[in-house]
Amino acid sequence: MTVKQISVFIENKPGRLAEFTKILSRNDIDMRALSIAETPEFGILRIIVDDPFNAARIIKDAGYVCSITPVLAVAIADEPGSLFRILTILGDAGVNLEYTYAFTARKRDVAYMIFRVEDNDKAIEVLTKNGIRPLCRSDLNRMYHEED
Amino acid sequence: MERYYQPEIECASREQILAWQNERLVKQVRHVYDHVPYYRKKMEEKGVTPDDIRSVEDLSKLPFLTKADLRDAYPYGLCGMPLSQCVRIQSTSGTTGRRVVAFYTQHDIDLWDECCARAIMAAGGTNEDVVQVSYGYGLFTGGPGLNGGSHKVGCLTLPMSSGNTERQIQFMCDLGATIICCTPSYAAYLAESINEQGLRDKIHLKAGIFGAEAWTQEMRRDIEKALGIKAYDIYGLTEISGPGVAFECSAQTGMHINEDHFIAEIIDPDTGEVLPDGSKGELVFTCLTKEAFPLLRYRTRDICVLTREKCSCGRTHVKMSKPMGRSDDMLIVKGVNVFPSQIETVLLNKGYAANYQIIVDRVNNSDRLEVQVEMTPEMFSDTVTHITAKERELVDALKAMLGIYAKVTLVAPKSIARSEGKAVRIIDKRKLY
Repeated sequence: MTVKQISVFIENKPGRLAEFTKILSRNDIDMRALSIAETPEFGILRIIVDDPFNAARIIKDAGYVCSITPVLAVAIADEPGSLFRILTILGDAGVNLEYTYAFTARKRDVAYMIFRVEDNDKAIEVLTKNGIRPLCRSDLNRMYHEED
Repeated sequence: MERYYQPEIECASREQILAWQNERLVKQVRHVYDHVPYYRKKMEEKGVTPDDIRSVEDLSKLPFLTKADLRDAYPYGLCGMPLSQCVRIQSTSGTTGRRVVAFYTQHDIDLWDECCARAIMAAGGTNEDVVQVSYGYGLFTGGPGLNGGSHKVGCLTLPMSSGNTERQIQFMCDLGATIICCTPSYAAYLAESINEQGLRDKIHLKAGIFGAEAWTQEMRRDIEKALGIKAYDIYGLTEISGPGVAFECSAQTGMHINEDHFIAEIIDPDTGEVLPDGSKGELVFTCLTKEAFPLLRYRTRDICVLTREKCSCGRTHVKMSKPMGRSDDMLIVKGVNVFPSQIETVLLNKGYAANYQIIVDRVNNSDRLEVQVEMTPEMFSDTVTHITAKERELVDALKAMLGIYAKVTLVAPKSIARSEGKAVRIIDKRKLY
């Protein structure tokens, strides 16, 4: 019920992100989602890809420090108020968010949220109880191919 | 008019100085041999006995002492007096985190104070002066040394210690300080603050005595101009006593070494061979009068030149140039001794790779120390909070070890250059030498 996010250490210097994406490009790795947390000296690049373990191996071999983190992916209606609703559910249950980011796919009217929480099991339980099913890897892969 | 604290000593004939040195050296070697087993053993290993040392000419027969010896003999191994006779400890950083501790009898402190008094009077000080001592007090020798010297001269002494710039400037203005003693970089910072606040007309400084770190002639001119003073250099090290081992006079062309207390030699740092006067090499000191911490032939690792030309100030003691570099990898940052090995110790203790780089820079006359560490899988996390928490932990540990703040920068793996031999660990951008 989680998807695997790859987090990569990138120095906060001109050209570093370009260098990194060149590795992905060369290896034909498609990103589903991307977000960056930045500090004055470094950034943490977070990406969702189709085959995270293979991608992580390629990234490591290229000399980067990276890690794989299980995060929650949730499909929500692409309309005002839907994020508020899901955050309220999590907040009321006392689930603390480390960070979150959003992306859309080809399916119209649907947006996807990535949630990084302290306690995945608890968050999954709360969401499921409220009729929201966190997506797994195959769900993500499917959503690109269904409408092709 | 040149002023002297002890003119009969400071302007003594060369014959007289040599006579003092000969007599004191013979006595001191006997004292050390009898009371410092650590050095006695070194002498025995070299096959030297006190009877072999009859004058300064025999000095080179004695074994050297280095910072490594101070570490091995820590804490009491080089103390030459019963602790009941010792009244003070001062301390400075060692090479791997074990600090150097130096001991003093009351007599040692009196002589040290006199050396500093000579420096203050050479800078024009009299008992009419108000001396603001803005060196740190405590284990660091800067504050206690100049404080003692100022008392000996009879100056009104302001024991400000370092930091709290607002209060420094307020006291300087309100109490009419005429002489300031601090590190040159702090002097530059004070000067900037004073001018920024438009208080230049409110200060009464005439001279400054600045030491404990390297500074250039340009920096001297900047400080002199900004504060309207004459800036004097002073040299010393905790192992030998503290500030006042050598000091500058009105000629400002080198620092007179107090040769009635210390014999200076210049050696080739690689071979240990004594070099003739005028050669550039490593400065070595032998303490002639110290009781509690009587180091003989202590290698300072400072590279400089000795000159015996007649000085226009009237003093006859040998002059040393400003240190022109180090024969080891010690850095002086904000007046504090920093060894790369100390930083390495902290990194290894905290589980980091030993691949690191130290960058020292001087921005607006103030030193900046930066330690670059390569990111490792072990310390990486997907959240900024976790990484910065680890970063902060490292900053705190470095502060505890070094006594000063070092900025930690996390860099990409393998981005720090590795060389075939010894890694290039230090980048000093200050161009001080």
